[in-house]
Amino acid sequence: MKNTMRFGALAAASAIALAACSAAPEDADASASDSASATTSTDYTACMVSDSGGFDDASFNQAGYEGLQTVAADLGLQTNSAESTSEADFEPNITAMVDAGCDLTITVGYLLADATAAAAEANPDVDFAIIDSSYEEPLDNVKGLTYETDQAAFLAGYGAAAATKTGVVATFGGMQIPTVTIFMDGFLAGVNYYNSENGTAVEVLGWDGETGSFTDDFSDTTKGQSVAQGFIDQGADIILPVAGPVGLGAAAAAQEAGDTWIIGVDSDWTLTATDYADIILTSVMKEMGPSVYEVVSEAVDGNFTNENYVGTLENEGVGVSDWADGALDDDTLAALDTIEAGIIDGSISVAVE
Amino acid sequence: MSAEAVKQDDAPAEGSRDWRALLREIAESSALVVVMAVVASMVIGGLLIIFADPDVSDAAGYFFARPMDTFTAAWDAVSSAYTAMFRGSVWNYSADTFAQQFKPLTETLTMATPLIFAGLGLGIGFRAGLFNIGAQGQIIMGAMLGGWVGFAWHLPVGLHLLVAVVASALGGAIWGFIPGILKAKTGAHEVIVTIMLNYVAANLLAFALSQDAFQRPDSDNLQSPIVDTTAQYPLILGSSYRLHLGFLLAIAAAIGVWWLMERSTWGFRFRAVGANPRAARTAGMNVSFGIIAVMTIAGALAGLAGSAQILGTEKSLTTGIAGSFGFDAITVALLGRSRPMGTVFAGILFGAFKASGPTLQVAAGLPVDIVLILQSLIVLFIAAPPLVRFLFRLPTPTNEKVVAA
Repeated sequence: MKNTMRFGALAAASAIALAACSAAPEDADASASDSASATTSTDYTACMVSDSGGFDDASFNQAGYEGLQTVAADLGLQTNSAESTSEADFEPNITAMVDAGCDLTITVGYLLADATAAAAEANPDVDFAIIDSSYEEPLDNVKGLTYETDQAAFLAGYGAAAATKTGVVATFGGMQIPTVTIFMDGFLAGVNYYNSENGTAVEVLGWDGETGSFTDDFSDTTKGQSVAQGFIDQGADIILPVAGPVGLGAAAAAQEAGDTWIIGVDSDWTLTATDYADIILTSVMKEMGPSVYEVVSEAVDGNFTNENYVGTLENEGVGVSDWADGALDDDTLAALDTIEAGIIDGSISVAVE
Repeated sequence: MSAEAVKQDDAPAEGSRDWRALLREIAESSALVVVMAVVASMVIGGLLIIFADPDVSDAAGYFFARPMDTFTAAWDAVSSAYTAMFRGSVWNYSADTFAQQFKPLTETLTMATPLIFAGLGLGIGFRAGLFNIGAQGQIIMGAMLGGWVGFAWHLPVGLHLLVAVVASALGGAIWGFIPGILKAKTGAHEVIVTIMLNYVAANLLAFALSQDAFQRPDSDNLQSPIVDTTAQYPLILGSSYRLHLGFLLAIAAAIGVWWLMERSTWGFRFRAVGANPRAARTAGMNVSFGIIAVMTIAGALAGLAGSAQILGTEKSLTTGIAGSFGFDAITVALLGRSRPMGTVFAGILFGAFKASGPTLQVAAGLPVDIVLILQSLIVLFIAAPPLVRFLFRLPTPTNEKVVAA
């Protein structure tokens, strides 16, 4: 026993020693410790400040951050980022970005709108952009990024109404705030549209256009699980959880119940929530990463404007991912293409009637 | 035998004796121990920074080929982190103008303001033997009431601020009074009641923000209108700094608390209740009244911490208005050994940690978690004076006085 332990300790120690034995890099390389400036091809600095969710929130902070990292890698930009732990950090974090010489600072979430506007007014030479918010009175150096996710959710609602076997579909949100309920509105409108087109009576649980089910939480997956279980007990076989990671709890409940589809939000869940890939009917995608990419690359080229970016089906700022194989028949898929065209040309309204 | 369950006329339960012993030990540990706790946590924090740094782990990969690289990288990581901390919280020597160089210090004091307020309140409670965990809820209630007065009422300059500040104090005081009276009249343990009231306050705030009365016109976001400028604390160093009148008010509150606890009859009673409630009652003191008064005053001070947020820095009510100030304030009060002076300095130290967060993240590229770990380590060392004494070979204090009076 003792010998085994000694041997184990020896093995572990030599493993560590061996790991530390690799050759030292050439000296020329050593100066790369200030790698940021060494590898960049421009001196443009793009920065981001998260809200209190942090950049690992599996939701909009993360999507925006990944967009920033991608564009920085592609264009050789310098980046700075700061996570906020609470509301009290917003203003200091944004100020730190300005002080660090950021050319463009992107803030994430409507809660940062006041702090962003204040910083923009105090620093008219610096550009800002804010995800999920826009101003009634636009500022010269702030670009708002908003997303008409109801357009995409409308398609998901239509498809869900076609795919349901029980005639009951459901949705719930993380909090009753506009960026969440816009998904639920579109979903409800899509189901209603299907009903009026096809003379069916598919029912939507969890949202009636005014009130609905909310977990009041964007992190506790068990809440998502219990809300989803409640819907399943009431006969729902397709659920759209608009609650960031809480939606994974809903997916767990759906997987356990069987014969239940989940509609992903924000990103394509067959790629980001691979454990549940086989129960994802489709995903309502809000392409925050690509839009951050676009805004940053425009700004690098000197084409920054304060005109708001609005993600739509038309500019692919929102969309639905591929439908699960065999979930929808060809007629429905064809109808969805027609509807998408109708939404884009304005002949179909995605508003809840 | 659970003494807690038995309703005792008006004495705190037997079970809280351990709490009081612990509180007393923390309160009476020497200043040296506190300083050493900070030093120890900085050392361990430095090690964490070294392990978290990618350059160090790169260099460690070829440790035997060129060991100095590892040490250089480690030194760079630690020194850049701690200099960033200094630049972010005390003096930004790399800024161009004096105004810019001076700014971090004002940020530290701004961040310290709510911590000082709430810490003072908690300190009074700790010295009266009440382990009040409810500052978070009291801050929320203070911010809610003060904020509501700030954006819904429209009063003349001067009066508006005064009314809003009083409303904040009142909101907190109510939230302190409830556990106080429950403790005094029914023996309900203040730890449990205050924790639960934190949840009640947080959810009450979330509910209020979902109502039109607390929302901005034409918006459904969980965000109140901005409080009128007449209700905002004036900026005492001009508009380029965020330091506001609330800080001076916090210092005044510290002096007030010092007078209350050290010079007034009430303070003597509070301390006597904390030291030995039975003896206090035997001596003819009204222990129930003491408990209620202490909790209400503590709540009012925490409510003022809420006013520092809503009327000072944030100006608009959101679900995160209180941040984690209520819990950080517990640390501040313990670190300050529950004394007003100590609380002010501890609040400024914690304010410095908070103020250095952005610089640490942006200039040193460190995750914000390192700052939080540093803070937590300090608490850990403060809460275990014998550990610090052992680490630094400090002498054990001679017999501590049983009654602080």
